[in-house]
Amino acid sequence: MTHLVAENVHVRLGDRQVLSGVSASFSLGQVTAIVGPNGAGKSTLLSCLAGLRAPDQGVVKFGDDDLMKIPARERAQRVGFLPQIPEVAWAVEARTLIGFGRTPFIGSRGLSVEDDVAIERALVMTNTLDLAHRNVMTLSGGERGRVLIARALSGQPEWLLADEPLTGLDPGFQLDAAELFRTLANKDGCGVIMTLHDLHMALRVADHVVVLADGHILADGTPIDVLTPAILAEAYGVDASITHGKHGPLIEILRCR
Amino acid sequence: MRSISARFLYSALLFALVTLSCASLIAGKVWVPWSAWFAVNDDPLWVIILELRIPRTILGVAVGFALGVSGAALQGYTRNPLADPGVLGVSALAALGAVMTLFFGVTISSPWLLPLGAMTGAIGGVAVLLLLAGATSSVLTFILAGAILNTVASAGVALALSLSPNPWALNEIVNWLMGSLVDRSNSDVFISIPLIALGCGLLMMTARALDALTLGDMGARSLGVNLAATRLLLALGVGLATGASVAATGVIGFVGLVTPHLMRPLVGARPGALLIPSGLAGTVLVLAADIIVRLMPSVVEIKLGVAMAVLGGPFFLGLLLVLRRRLG
Repeated sequence: MTHLVAENVHVRLGDRQVLSGVSASFSLGQVTAIVGPNGAGKSTLLSCLAGLRAPDQGVVKFGDDDLMKIPARERAQRVGFLPQIPEVAWAVEARTLIGFGRTPFIGSRGLSVEDDVAIERALVMTNTLDLAHRNVMTLSGGERGRVLIARALSGQPEWLLADEPLTGLDPGFQLDAAELFRTLANKDGCGVIMTLHDLHMALRVADHVVVLADGHILADGTPIDVLTPAILAEAYGVDASITHGKHGPLIEILRCR
Repeated sequence: MRSISARFLYSALLFALVTLSCASLIAGKVWVPWSAWFAVNDDPLWVIILELRIPRTILGVAVGFALGVSGAALQGYTRNPLADPGVLGVSALAALGAVMTLFFGVTISSPWLLPLGAMTGAIGGVAVLLLLAGATSSVLTFILAGAILNTVASAGVALALSLSPNPWALNEIVNWLMGSLVDRSNSDVFISIPLIALGCGLLMMTARALDALTLGDMGARSLGVNLAATRLLLALGVGLATGASVAATGVIGFVGLVTPHLMRPLVGARPGALLIPSGLAGTVLVLAADIIVRLMPSVVEIKLGVAMAVLGGPFFLGLLLVLRRRLG
């Protein structure tokens, strides 16, 4: 089974050391949440794992290979990436936009039947069939979020790396999206890695949580082991308590220090 | 939201192109009736057809296509609906490069030197543009970078004019700068056509990258798009196409700005699918404007570049107003 492994990754942006010696291993068939305070280096780590940024020092291994040495087209076929900013430049149809997710597969003859099948599947999975022929500029934030997730899924990647995919969605859509990521991991064996601000969501959805603070890994393990009052206090500077609600554990953030 | 079928769009554009090309061969101060076409070699009108109308028409088609494709590619890459070789100063730098060759009077030694100067200017222009604004790609930065290039280029041209060694060179520069299809020879055609074709070919290769760039820089890179290669294709493609066009006809502005806007709704706004329709619409626009300019009842023919600016200026203004409403 292919693992995605960060080994001693260092990244410097300008005069700021964003990541200093991050090592972590990610598995297929699991949902991993990367959490941590603002500026901890979550997005930078995710872009390294997606092969979009070369570490200044250290390496990201994809199976036995260096991720940066894999040709961009092949990498793009296997690792899907959902950027944090839901950028869409032109007023295209939602289905056209989702079709752009097939870019690493398209031959010289344009979209094939296989591509169309993959796009249909992505539309069904994200429940966006009714949006397919809408202009993306007229979609609401939540609808656009779903269409962009469909765009990432149309490439049917082995790995889906999403940078704060739940931010800006209402609670209903958040749950839908979280459920979708779970289905991808459980049914398709996809490795899902996402950065999250919502600790409660991390606790409920993820199999594996990585806590990042100030460019270091503070904790790495199952959510219940990692999201403890002590670690949250160290990462965020808050007092938190874990209570057991009717449907599972809940995180209560009590006060700022 | 429905875009019309690609086949219908292409047929309509090609039909307009062929019709206007025929009109362009016939129309002018001297009308060439169809009868003259069959009286091969005997009719004195053949000289007009062969030496004037054919090169003028072919250049109109080539230059219109080059500017239309260049505009669509620049707008697609920058994701900026105001981008165009003219607005961004690429044409002006091409003109400066060409003016330099005229200024130093080296154009007599080889017919290739003027196009070479123009292309060097244009490629340099795109390169500087991507350097100044490439990392951010915000609408404002690109327009500002274009304003800088335009200022530098016009200052350079003004300097060349004021230092011009003889009135002949001065006259030639001024005339050439205004942009026109009049009195182009077949050698202009032979030099510019291959360069324009090569430039447009390079730009066609960016189509898929332009599509993916709809999702932003990060989105495109995550889909395996090589942005450095795309930038290189863009710089060389726009440089060759626009440079060779400016070398052949002087500066004809606004074609690259207007045609992508007219065609965008018809191709469902896909930046990659916009390239060829925008080029074809560019040929239609240039041919139509050139025919109108020829038929104007004025003593001295109005320069095509001037006419296009008269049409394009208000269009640009309207575009800004619409954009301001949308952004505000």
